[in-house]
Amino acid sequence: MTTEPEEETNVCGLSVRRQSRMNGGFSSLRLEAAGAMRTVLVSAESLQLTLKPELTQEEQALTHAAAAGSGRPKETLKAGNEDLKEMLESNKESLKLEAMKRIVQLISKGKNASDLFPAVVKNVASKNIELKKLVYVYLVRYAEEQQDLALLSISTFQRALKDPNQFIRASALRVLSSIRVPIIVPIMMLAIKEAASDLSPYVRKTSAHAIQKLYSLDADQKEQLIEVIEKLLKDKSTLVAGSVVMAFEEVCPDRIDLIHINYRKLCNLLVDVEEWGQVVIINMLTRYARTQFASPWKEDGILDENEKAFYDSDSEEKQGQREAKPYIMDPDHRLLLRNTKPLLQSRNTAVVMAVAQLYWHLAPKHEVSIVTKSLVRLLRSHREVQYVVLQNIATMSIQRKGMFEPHMKSFYVRSTDATHIKTLKLEILTNLANEANISTILREFQTYVKSQDKAFAAATIQAIGRCATNISEVTDTCLNGLVLLLSNRDETVVAESVVVIKKLLQTQPTQHCDIIKHMAKLFDNITVPMARASILWLMGEYCERVPKIAPDVLRKMAKTFTSEEDIVKLQTVNLAAKLYLTNSKQTKLLTQYILNLGKYDQNYDIRDRTRFIRQLIVPSEKSGALNKYARRILLASKPAPVLESAFKGQLGQTPLPWTNEMDRDRFQLGTLSHSLNIKTTGYQELSDWPAVAPDPSVRNVEVIEPVQEWAPSLGKAKKPKSDKFYSDDEEKEEEGSGSGSEDSSSRSSSSSSSEESGSESEEESSRDLEKTSSDSEKSSSGSEASSSESESQQKKKKRAKKVTPRKSKQAAADSDSDENGNGPVGKTSSSSAESSSDSESDSEEDSSSDDSPAPQKKTVAKTKPKVEVKSKKEVSLLDLDDFSAAPPSAPKSSVFSSSLLSDLEGLSLSNVSSAMQVTTSSFGPVKTYELLHHMTGKGLSAKYHFPRQPCLYQPSMVAVQVILTNSSDHSLEEIHIGDQSPASLNVHCFNTVERLEPGASVSVSLGIDFSDSTQAANFQLCTKEDQFSVSIQPAVGELLMPSTMKEPDFCSEQKKLMGMNETSATIAMATANTSKQNISKQVLSVANVGVVSSDQNNLQRFAGRTISSGALVLVTLELRESSTALLTINTEKTVMASMLLRDLKQALCQA
Amino acid sequence: MINSLFLISHSGDIFLEKHWKSVISRSVCDYFLEAKEKAGDPENVAPVLQTPHHYLISIYRGKLFFLSVTQTEVPPLFVIEFLHRVADTFQDYFGDCSEVLIKENTVTVYELLEEMLDNGFPLATESNVLKEMIRPPTILRSVVNTLTGGSNVGGTLPTGQLSNVPWRRAGVKYTNNEAYFDVIEEIDAILDKSGTTVFAEIQGVIEACVKLTGMPDLTLSFMNPRLLDDVSFHPCVRFKRWESEHVLSFIPPDGNFRLMSYHVSSQNLVAIPVYVKQNISFLETGSCGRLDITIGPKQTMGKTVESLTVTIPMPKSVLSVNLTATQGTCTFDLTTKVVFWDVGKLNPQKLPNLRGSISIQTGAPKPEENPSINIDMKIQQLAISGLKVSRLDMYGEKYKPFKGVKYVTKAGKFQVRT
Repeated sequence: MTTEPEEETNVCGLSVRRQSRMNGGFSSLRLEAAGAMRTVLVSAESLQLTLKPELTQEEQALTHAAAAGSGRPKETLKAGNEDLKEMLESNKESLKLEAMKRIVQLISKGKNASDLFPAVVKNVASKNIELKKLVYVYLVRYAEEQQDLALLSISTFQRALKDPNQFIRASALRVLSSIRVPIIVPIMMLAIKEAASDLSPYVRKTSAHAIQKLYSLDADQKEQLIEVIEKLLKDKSTLVAGSVVMAFEEVCPDRIDLIHINYRKLCNLLVDVEEWGQVVIINMLTRYARTQFASPWKEDGILDENEKAFYDSDSEEKQGQREAKPYIMDPDHRLLLRNTKPLLQSRNTAVVMAVAQLYWHLAPKHEVSIVTKSLVRLLRSHREVQYVVLQNIATMSIQRKGMFEPHMKSFYVRSTDATHIKTLKLEILTNLANEANISTILREFQTYVKSQDKAFAAATIQAIGRCATNISEVTDTCLNGLVLLLSNRDETVVAESVVVIKKLLQTQPTQHCDIIKHMAKLFDNITVPMARASILWLMGEYCERVPKIAPDVLRKMAKTFTSEEDIVKLQTVNLAAKLYLTNSKQTKLLTQYILNLGKYDQNYDIRDRTRFIRQLIVPSEKSGALNKYARRILLASKPAPVLESAFKGQLGQTPLPWTNEMDRDRFQLGTLSHSLNIKTTGYQELSDWPAVAPDPSVRNVEVIEPVQEWAPSLGKAKKPKSDKFYSDDEEKEEEGSGSGSEDSSSRSSSSSSSEESGSESEEESSRDLEKTSSDSEKSSSGSEASSSESESQQKKKKRAKKVTPRKSKQAAADSDSDENGNGPVGKTSSSSAESSSDSESDSEEDSSSDDSPAPQKKTVAKTKPKVEVKSKKEVSLLDLDDFSAAPPSAPKSSVFSSSLLSDLEGLSLSNVSSAMQVTTSSFGPVKTYELLHHMTGKGLSAKYHFPRQPCLYQPSMVAVQVILTNSSDHSLEEIHIGDQSPASLNVHCFNTVERLEPGASVSVSLGIDFSDSTQAANFQLCTKEDQFSVSIQPAVGELLMPSTMKEPDFCSEQKKLMGMNETSATIAMATANTSKQNISKQVLSVANVGVVSSDQNNLQRFAGRTISSGALVLVTLELRESSTALLTINTEKTVMASMLLRDLKQALCQA
Repeated sequence: MINSLFLISHSGDIFLEKHWKSVISRSVCDYFLEAKEKAGDPENVAPVLQTPHHYLISIYRGKLFFLSVTQTEVPPLFVIEFLHRVADTFQDYFGDCSEVLIKENTVTVYELLEEMLDNGFPLATESNVLKEMIRPPTILRSVVNTLTGGSNVGGTLPTGQLSNVPWRRAGVKYTNNEAYFDVIEEIDAILDKSGTTVFAEIQGVIEACVKLTGMPDLTLSFMNPRLLDDVSFHPCVRFKRWESEHVLSFIPPDGNFRLMSYHVSSQNLVAIPVYVKQNISFLETGSCGRLDITIGPKQTMGKTVESLTVTIPMPKSVLSVNLTATQGTCTFDLTTKVVFWDVGKLNPQKLPNLRGSISIQTGAPKPEENPSINIDMKIQQLAISGLKVSRLDMYGEKYKPFKGVKYVTKAGKFQVRT
């Protein structure tokens, strides 16, 4: 009751605040809502009034609690706790909850509530979620203190760990691992291990967190935990990645070897990991890269022998090539840089900073400057962010002025900035000063000197001093300016000026007698010890230039010696000594007087110094040989001090408040150590670049071979990939220029440019790299080059052609890309290709989103090769197989695919509309059809199958792989395709096979545009002598391309395709087919469609598009009881639907 | 990463603590309080501090210090950003981030903190996800809760964490589907004595309020996207689309959020909407000075300048002021020595003027520097950079949403040196 008026004001407060935030956009709505609430309040009040007569125990407690909640001073704690115990033991849920709330309040205030443990722990198994949560909070806080009692709760968690709900499993693990009781370590270990292989990525993420907790509880578990980490590192979910890397960093940061095989995956996942995980991963990868890649900084660190090795070697290992030429960046290194770049646009300042430091520590010097803008942007953020960012910019600007010079004005100081921000900005401005901008900066400094913030004004004077020494042109101007400041009213300003002038004069003492005289005049008015000491030192140092004034100053000092500060006394002694040596006639007595005073000074430093000086300068019998040299010792010309940035940590310069004496840049940017300029606990030193990069092949990921019976030699095909590196290269280059139809050239250029990632900025060398790497990796792949090839190459090609056609496609693309880099061919690429040129590896997502017809369609196809690389065997720059939709391994794929696909959906966020995206099949068909029997073909036999990949010739074509085998005893020549009928079917022929040896076989690919009909394509297969009529009749399922979509998309699309467009049938399924994975296996074997992940157990959905027209084909399978199912197909192509229905029915019915 | 969090009031009272690893005694805050004492102004406390065994990273928001304690190396920005995110969440939940509100809602705060960090590592920071787990307190609910003993913990478990759009909760339903975008531009400028621009730039943000049913997929395009120089996005924006086509394509979170912030390239000249004629002088003899300020419109593109305010932090030696304004009200805060002039609407026919005398403590020297003048203002229906939204398209849902775009120009850090 009592709280109500308060709350009402709150309503208004809330709405007013919100209103002001939204600038009154919906004020009327809000007012309405507020009004409604008020009505409710009133009714609630009346409700409570009616309840009033019967005041229950519960209500009493509640009112009590409410009072406590609204901040009334707590009564005697003991009584309160007794009270709470009672409430907890009651059987009313609401009372318990109230008690827990009050306990949490106690905890939050830091009050001890541990005596309630037995009462609280009883409620751990409560059904009420909030009560449970609050009990968890309590447990985690006090379990460490009450270990025995805490054990009572463990069984509840163990039970919850088996719960079917992933969130309950996760939260049980979270709490269990947070209870810091050593006895339960084995239980935790077990739970972590189990959770690490949980199906739910959320639970796996929790287990990654639990690893760190267990490690901090019991470091002996390290080895076992590392095993779990290793396992989780392989996880493909973006949800897990950040957490497990965090665990890695905490438990075993030195086990860098665990990262190798996950490196590319992490790079590729990075964009889609949540922001906090991104920071951790980027930092870890920075460290990793510094140990694994060669330095991109040494411009010409080439070793001649290396180059030689490159030409001579039969190149069994690729390293030789990598080292060759000035510098070639490892493709993995490039991958990291490329994949982190978009994160500069993150709204999370920590992510931006992490990327900036990554570029600073890893990128070639000329590329670092891309981070500038983003860093400057961060300066708009909160004060604390500014502080850290400015610290980092300060360090960066020392080494790389040019980076921030264009943004100089962003560092101008405002009078409203906090002092530490001001000082940092000043620091940066000073670092940025050069001949060109010094006048602007000095003008700006003039404003700052007048600042009311005197500490800042003093810092400005130092800054002016630094500018003056660094830029000789302005030294005089600065000096004059500083001298003017000597008449400033403020003491600190004057003192600072004196100190700085002293330093400046030292650099060029000859012309500045006037200034020294001027300062001597000021001496009486200056009281700041440092300034007085500086003037005294100047007098002494240049006493010969001011012979009249110096003794007089000494005289004054003698008078006030006893009342001076120590530092002034020391300088007085110095001055006296120097004058004694140069002008002993006038100052002998004065000196002796001062030395006597010094002898009895309280400070032992001064006594020491006096004794030393006396022995040195006053000749006596006892004085040693040094006496002769006194003059040379004391009046030696001193080197001028170098005024350097405080961030460089110049010794001797008064350190600014936030600095130490050491170089800040020894620390990795963006770290706590850098910010504090000390080595913090747990700081990981960033290692230097290795002289020779370690073997890059450790990062290659072994992928299970796709089951391809027609390519038995694929496994071995890996070996020859690197031999004859050069000849292959040439061969492809030829072919690229020779067979490059307009279409293919533009396609390849687009793909090549997307590979190169903003290739404009890339230097020639890295382009070379792309070439070498892609060449070497692809050298096994076949090409369709037509003529004049040596025997050996032919052979190799035969082998190679068995490899899937996307490889050859890739090869073609790459060979062309070389030309792009080197010659004008690149210019011919279409404008769309150009526009995509600075987009990055997953540009296919962009382009595939366009659903406007012709030209864009092309882009889809063009970029396709990139996706294809997924299941490619050799892993390199383009290797994306870590997040390919499903592993190509046949038997398991369907088990994985749905869960993986759901993970993947998280990755494909950047799709414009996921419904539009077409992906590769997740399931390789193994059906091979006879095209030509060797009996009819006079020895030539041909088989074909549908590789289910987008056709590289035209997107509307179906790719067909034909394997030609010569089973005769003589070689066949000029195998090609002759006439076609009907002419309406557009067939893209394979290039003529010049020669096929007896027993050899070659695989070629065709593209046929079936126009979404199952009409057979008839054509003639010709050899030099004969012609054979053959026909290819496609199964309807092969006319589709899988389409990835999310469930909601699927449903919405399905709704659009009702009525006429829907075909359905009830089917009785073979018993073997009732399991989910078997069904998808069967469906995928019939039709080239994609699995749509779904939460519903009895529904399975598949989506595809027809290849020619791109019409959607949606297949839904609804399982009914007793192995019947309702099969529904939604598509505009009704004919296809009925045929597909028939095929699917057949496949699902048979065992 | 983050071991513990302490909330400390402006006056140095530690009123909330939360530990994610083992408990750290609150005595660790003494180091911080000492630094705070030394710094004087809370703004001047260094955000990163070092103590013998711990490192303290703090932020200052809404007169509160959020102090986090960490024992090992951690990127300081990581913690700072997180703390600000916590403060944002409080603001989102309770309408403001203040000591009173946090004390009132301790239990909710505790539940939130519990969800936001696990073992010191951020777990759920998206407001949409959090709101599914812990419902924000509303008056209605707190009344009902008091009556029934109900809870403010979500009954259902969140789906957002696992969905492919983690920032949007599933099953959003509205009867009125609406999407509003506010293009807010701020002019940061430093003008010197003579009125010439020392430095000026435009920073903009697009704040969105999207209340749409289902899973809408929005595309926002600009007439002149080339203006934008440096951008940062809410994670929902597809960066690739921006790179290739310069459109913003995204599945929006539910409710209010900042879609993007941008910086207008410095090549463009920045129009300064007002000019300031000022004359502040302190007399060499006698302890007084004069002040005369006139403000007039300069480049306002035909729009009216509204809610114009002028803030002048006077030197500490100023005792009092005697100022009269031709328009609006003028106040002087004796403790902070700040002159605050609320002008209101700027009328080009009759320019507002503030004049009068300043008296200085007797004996104090004449202030070295004239105070700078900080100006705040607002111009409705104008994006000073000229940025224009051309269209908003929605895919993925069938209904027709109500769409609206609003432009506002404000003064950011707009300072006139005198």
